[in-house]
Amino acid sequence: METALTILLDGLVFSSYLFIVSLGLTIIFGVMKILNVTHGSFYAWGAYTAAFLIGLAANAGWPDWAGFGIIFVAAILVGLVLGLLLERGILQFMYQRDEVLIVLATFGSFLVLEDVILLVFGVNPYFAFQPMQLLGAVELGGIARDTYGLTLIGLAVVLAAGSWLALKRTHWGKLLSAVIFDRELSMAMGLNVSRVYIVTFVLGAILGALGGAYIAPTVSVAPGFGVDVIVLSFAVVVIGGMGSVPGAMIGALAVGIVRALAVHKFPQFELFVIYAVMAVVLVFRPEGLFAPVKARKI
Amino acid sequence: MSLARDRTVQGLTLALGVMLIVAALVPSWIVNQLLFGFSRAIAVLGLMVLWRTRLVSFGHALYFGLGAYTVALIERYAQVSDAFVLLAAAALLSTVVGFLIGFIVRRYRDIFFAMLNLAFSMILYGILVKTEALGSTDGFTIEAPTYAGIAFEDASQGKLALLCLLLVVGWACAVGVQAYLRSTLGRLTTAIGDNEIRVEYLGYSAEKAIHIKYVLSTFLAGLGGGFMALALGQVDPDSMVNWTASGELVFVTILSGPGSVAAPFIGSFVFEILRTYAFEWMPHAWQMIVGGTLLVIIFFVPGGLWALVARVAERLFGARAGAGPAAAGTGR
Repeated sequence: METALTILLDGLVFSSYLFIVSLGLTIIFGVMKILNVTHGSFYAWGAYTAAFLIGLAANAGWPDWAGFGIIFVAAILVGLVLGLLLERGILQFMYQRDEVLIVLATFGSFLVLEDVILLVFGVNPYFAFQPMQLLGAVELGGIARDTYGLTLIGLAVVLAAGSWLALKRTHWGKLLSAVIFDRELSMAMGLNVSRVYIVTFVLGAILGALGGAYIAPTVSVAPGFGVDVIVLSFAVVVIGGMGSVPGAMIGALAVGIVRALAVHKFPQFELFVIYAVMAVVLVFRPEGLFAPVKARKI
Repeated sequence: MSLARDRTVQGLTLALGVMLIVAALVPSWIVNQLLFGFSRAIAVLGLMVLWRTRLVSFGHALYFGLGAYTVALIERYAQVSDAFVLLAAAALLSTVVGFLIGFIVRRYRDIFFAMLNLAFSMILYGILVKTEALGSTDGFTIEAPTYAGIAFEDASQGKLALLCLLLVVGWACAVGVQAYLRSTLGRLTTAIGDNEIRVEYLGYSAEKAIHIKYVLSTFLAGLGGGFMALALGQVDPDSMVNWTASGELVFVTILSGPGSVAAPFIGSFVFEILRTYAFEWMPHAWQMIVGGTLLVIIFFVPGGLWALVARVAERLFGARAGAGPAAAGTGR
C-alpha cells in the first residue's frame, strides 16, 4: 500500500514536471508546426539564470521566499530574449522551407546555445537550494516528501487551467485556434500571422525556461542540463498528440506514472519504458493519442 | 554505360590507390583521424541515401551503436577476435534489426520518420545504460583484433592494417551505393523525395523502395559502427547510442552534402580534423562550431562541402567533377 502511494505520488510529481516542460513544446508545434529542439536550451537557460540569480539574492541577504519571484522573472527574461532572438534571427527565414530543415536549424541553434551557456556561466555546477529548503518536508500517508516537489503539481494544474482558459475563452485564443486550423485562410482573413508566430514562440520559450527555472532548486544545474529533457519532452508530446494541450497532459501522466512504476519495481527499465511507450504510440497512432483535428485541404 | 566507366567509380578507385599509399606514409595520429573519419563516413553514406529522399533519421545511432556493441560483446563474451568475423557480425545484426524495424518506419515521412527512429534508438540507449552486463554508462574497452589469424604485435601496425581494411571496405561500400543509385530503384530515390504520389502512379511502391533504402542505410551504419569500435578500442552509450550521436551523424550528412558518394568521406574527415583542433584551441566551443556550421550550411551552402568541392573543380577543370545530377538540386 505504502509503495503504491509512493509510486503514485512520485509519478504525479514527475508527470507535473514533464507537463510543465512539454507545454511550450506542444504549443509551438501546434501553431507553427516546428519541432523545436531549442526547447532544451530554453530549459537549460531558465535553470541557469534562476540558479544564478537565486544565488546572488541569497548572498545579498534577500529572504529565501524571494527565490519564487526570481524563478518567474528569470523564466520571462530568458524566454523573451532567446525567443525573440531565435524567431526573428533564424526561424522567420525558414517558414517556407522543409519541416525537417527547420528541425535541423533548431538543432544547430541548440548546439550553439549549449556552448554559450558554458561561456557565460562556466563549467561549475550551480546550486539554488534556498526555495526548497524554505518549504521543508511534509508527511503524506506515512511518507515524507519535500514540499517543493508537491508545489510542482500545483504549478502544473495552474498552467493547464490557464492555457485551457486562454485558448478557449479569450479573443487571442480564438485567433490562435484559427491559425492552428488553417494558416493560409487566417492570413486571407486579415490575421497578422507573423505576429501570432512571434508571440507563440516567445510564449513557448517562456514556458520552457519556466520548466528549467522551477526545477533548478531541486537539482545541481550543470553542463548538459538540457540534453535529456529534449527527448523526454519529445516523448511526452508525441504520446499525447503533437500540438495538443490535453494531449501533453495525458502524455505527461502516462510517462510519469509508468516511469515511477519502473523506478520502484524494475529500476533497470526506467529509460526503456518511456521510449517503448513512445514507439508503440507512434506505431499505432503516429499523430499521437489526442492530435488536434486537421483541416482537410483540397 | 557500365559501372567501370562511371567517372565517380573511376575517381573512387584512384582515390583508394592514393589513400593506401598515403596511409603507409603519414604519422600515426593522422592514421587515427582517418580511421575515425572513414568509419563514420560509412554510416553517413547510408544517411545520405535517405537524405536524397528527404528523409532524416534522428536515430541511426541505434544501428551505429548496435554495430559497435556487437563487436565489443562478441569479443568479450565469445572470445572471437578476428576483425572480419566481428565486422560481418556487426553489419549482419544491424541489417536484420533494420529490416524488421523497416516494416514500421517505412510508412512514415518527415518529422514522424525522424521521431520514430529516435524512439527506437533511445530504447537501445535505455537498455544499455541500465544494464550492468552490457557495460552500463561506462561501456567496454576492446582488445586489438586479429586479421584473418594475423595478430600485430605493434599497435600502430595493427591500426594501419585496420585502416587498409577500412579503405577497401569503404571503397566497396561507395561503389556499391553508386551502383544502387544508378539502378532504377536508386533513381527512384530522388523521385520519391520530390513527389511520392507520381512515383506510385508509375507503378512503383514507394514504401518498398524506402524499405530497401532503409535496410541499406542500417547495414552501412552497423558496419561503420563496427569499424568505429575497433578504431577507438572502446564502446560507450553516450557517444555512440544517445540521440546526440544520431545528431552528429545527421550533421556530418548535411555537412558533406548529397552530391556524391565520395562526399561523406570528405565531410567526415573534415569533421574529425575540425574536432581535434577545436578541442585543442577552444575546448568549450566545439558544439558552437558544429551548430554554427549547420546553420551556415542550411542557409548558404545547401549542397554541403561537396558543392564547394564541385565548384572549385569546375573552375579548375571546366567540368563537373563526377557530381551526380542531385549535386545542387536536392539541397533546397
